[in-house]
Amino acid sequence: MADKVIMLGNEAIARGAYEAGVKVSSAYPGTPSTEISEYLVQYRDDVYEEWAPNEKVATEVAVGASLSGARAMACMKHVGLNVAADPLYSVSYMGVNGGLVIVVADDPGLYSSQNEQDTRMVARAAQIPVIEPSDSAEAKDFFKAAFELSEQFDRPFIFRTTTRLAHSQGLVELQERMVPEDKPYEKNIQKNVMMPGNAKLRHVEIEKRNLELAEAANTLPINRVEMNDTKIGVITSGIPYQYVKEAMPEASVLKLGMVNPLPRKMIEDFASKVETLYIVEELDPVIEEQVKSWGIRCIGKEILTVQGEYSANMLRKAILKEDPDIKEPAAAPGRPPILCPGCPHRSVFYTLNRLKMHAAGDIGCYTLGAVAPLSVIDTTMCMGSSISTLHGMEKAKGKEYIRNWVAVIGDSTFMHTGVNSLMNMVYNKATGTVIILDNSTTGMTGHQDHAATGKTLQGDPTYAISIPGICKAMGIKNVYEINAFDLPLLEKTIKEEVAKDEISVIITKTPCVLLDKRKKPLYTAHADKCKKCGACMKPGCPAMTKNPDGTVRIDDTMCTGCGLCKDLCKFDAIELVREGE
Amino acid sequence: MAVKNIMIVGVGGQGTLLTSRILGGLTIAAGYDVKLSEVHGMAQRGGSVVTFVRYGDKVAEPIVEEGQADVIIAFERLEALRYAHFLKKDGALVVNDWRIDPMPVVIGNAQYPEHILEDLAKDYKVYKVDATEESRKLGNPKVFNLIVLGVAAQHMDFTKEQWYEVIGKTVPPKTIEINKKAFDVGYNLR
Repeated sequence: MADKVIMLGNEAIARGAYEAGVKVSSAYPGTPSTEISEYLVQYRDDVYEEWAPNEKVATEVAVGASLSGARAMACMKHVGLNVAADPLYSVSYMGVNGGLVIVVADDPGLYSSQNEQDTRMVARAAQIPVIEPSDSAEAKDFFKAAFELSEQFDRPFIFRTTTRLAHSQGLVELQERMVPEDKPYEKNIQKNVMMPGNAKLRHVEIEKRNLELAEAANTLPINRVEMNDTKIGVITSGIPYQYVKEAMPEASVLKLGMVNPLPRKMIEDFASKVETLYIVEELDPVIEEQVKSWGIRCIGKEILTVQGEYSANMLRKAILKEDPDIKEPAAAPGRPPILCPGCPHRSVFYTLNRLKMHAAGDIGCYTLGAVAPLSVIDTTMCMGSSISTLHGMEKAKGKEYIRNWVAVIGDSTFMHTGVNSLMNMVYNKATGTVIILDNSTTGMTGHQDHAATGKTLQGDPTYAISIPGICKAMGIKNVYEINAFDLPLLEKTIKEEVAKDEISVIITKTPCVLLDKRKKPLYTAHADKCKKCGACMKPGCPAMTKNPDGTVRIDDTMCTGCGLCKDLCKFDAIELVREGE
Repeated sequence: MAVKNIMIVGVGGQGTLLTSRILGGLTIAAGYDVKLSEVHGMAQRGGSVVTFVRYGDKVAEPIVEEGQADVIIAFERLEALRYAHFLKKDGALVVNDWRIDPMPVVIGNAQYPEHILEDLAKDYKVYKVDATEESRKLGNPKVFNLIVLGVAAQHMDFTKEQWYEVIGKTVPPKTIEINKKAFDVGYNLR
């Protein structure tokens, strides 16, 4: 038997890509999908991969590679698939040449997302087949199966995971890399040029292909029946399968590896053999509604929620009507995520808060500028939206109305889709102020490079696209680069720029504190000099706490020596006690 | 063997992922089926984080549910309080006697509960360790989690050699000795 190794779900997908002979992968980071690309780097001699500026680009790159005849993939989180929707719906008509798989990671329970959408719904709308694994071993093996099926049925596939699958580790058996010959490229405009006359015929063709795939699904080994006691039958897939096995090992289970299209005959047959049929699926009733539409009696969302993650205890209560003996959780103050000690975003939000400004926010660590004590951000919706939201406000209410407003967006998010919104502001004569919080990385997802960092996904040097250069090339006159910790200059510039009748871009350029691994400076607070004024506490640094007597204490295990607290202390009570490297 | 359930709880940035990697390596080397579940992304930014480790002959779900944990390893007192109800009857609650104020406490919107360990000891078997202080004595405050893990090891069925081996394979080579020393401090604590 081959060696078993323990792998994160995402790591297993990367291994699956390697073993399947994938040649090209393009992705934009997004929790919980990011690590797939990071683990794929180890196979760089065999697999080309890159960070794309956004998911639409990533998907199109993968489509191009597939067209040319190679196996290709793109990776993203669920909301990234919305950005990629345009190519997705049309490549569905085109089909593939080399196998094409798009990995999409859903986030039931919203660990790190702005919504809880179900990718299976999008896939059904785009008529794209979906494969879903239940653990790391299946993540690897099913990923390889996805490429086989993609080529066999001439369909692009979505490989759907969830946070729990992506970020759980389990045992995986390694196999060799198989490198299929590239498919020959043949010019075929009826198949690959989606103009109306061609697309009309392709629509007919893919309806046919999907029916063939639905028929084949009845005998695919990734769909399987585990017949046990027939009192309870459960149709399930993905991680919920594990909760079913945990809560009711005696039940009969139809475990779906392919969740779109569904194997109707297999389901009808299974339903006829069990007394009560349950559908256990996290998020939307995608399987359930189809099964019910075939006139099969089953129970699903009547007793199970469409929100959040499931658990074995949840199924014990809802299906088995058991009452597990569980203690109530103790009353404990919450511990929401916060900006790290030394984060350069903190001083920007502190300054905006001081100036009583509102901000249209965006997606990244800096979304945390919405919460107390910084409380600057009023709105956050999706990647790149801060700039366009501010623009819409100005057009609705006039330029005076946004004098106490700015848009804040990170460098990676700006390169993702913010740049389009900025074009719109320039073109349509906006006067708003945009602050680009440039920490030289994609921070929230764990430090990925992007088009403006000067490094590729593999960490190799490359061209660094200049963000101020982009802004100036658009014709913006007021473009400033400022150190995020230079409080006086920051305050002066923000005040001046929001007052102008012209568009301004302020780039606060200070690297993410976690990027620099060298030993950091350290500050300490002297209780004898502390006047308990609270000025240093206003930015909400987690390294600072109040002693029972009201004086301030700095946690030496957390302080990273940014010096923001020292700059705010008027009484010299905070002192540098160790220089950084 | 019936499945054993371990939880590691703490504050984002405290090194819960390193600890779970050690436990993963340990249990797989011992020949068990193993599943771990971690938290990445937004929640890691100073938030409350929890990692689940399950091992035995055959593991289905990757999470530990309420009332099922054999051992909870808590790197901070408030997080011990938050997750204590995940312990099974007679489970061991190993707690680093350390306080990190969450933001609602820092800005005065909530109180950090007093006497957490005393209150928990009424309902659970609590094993406390001042690992932060002990690690300072060793000259490296970063190895506090190995000290806590050493205490937890007293409540798990692996030999010291098995622990040493996995520590050697998991931590950066330059830090193997100090990490083993830290583990010993916890392991020998009575």
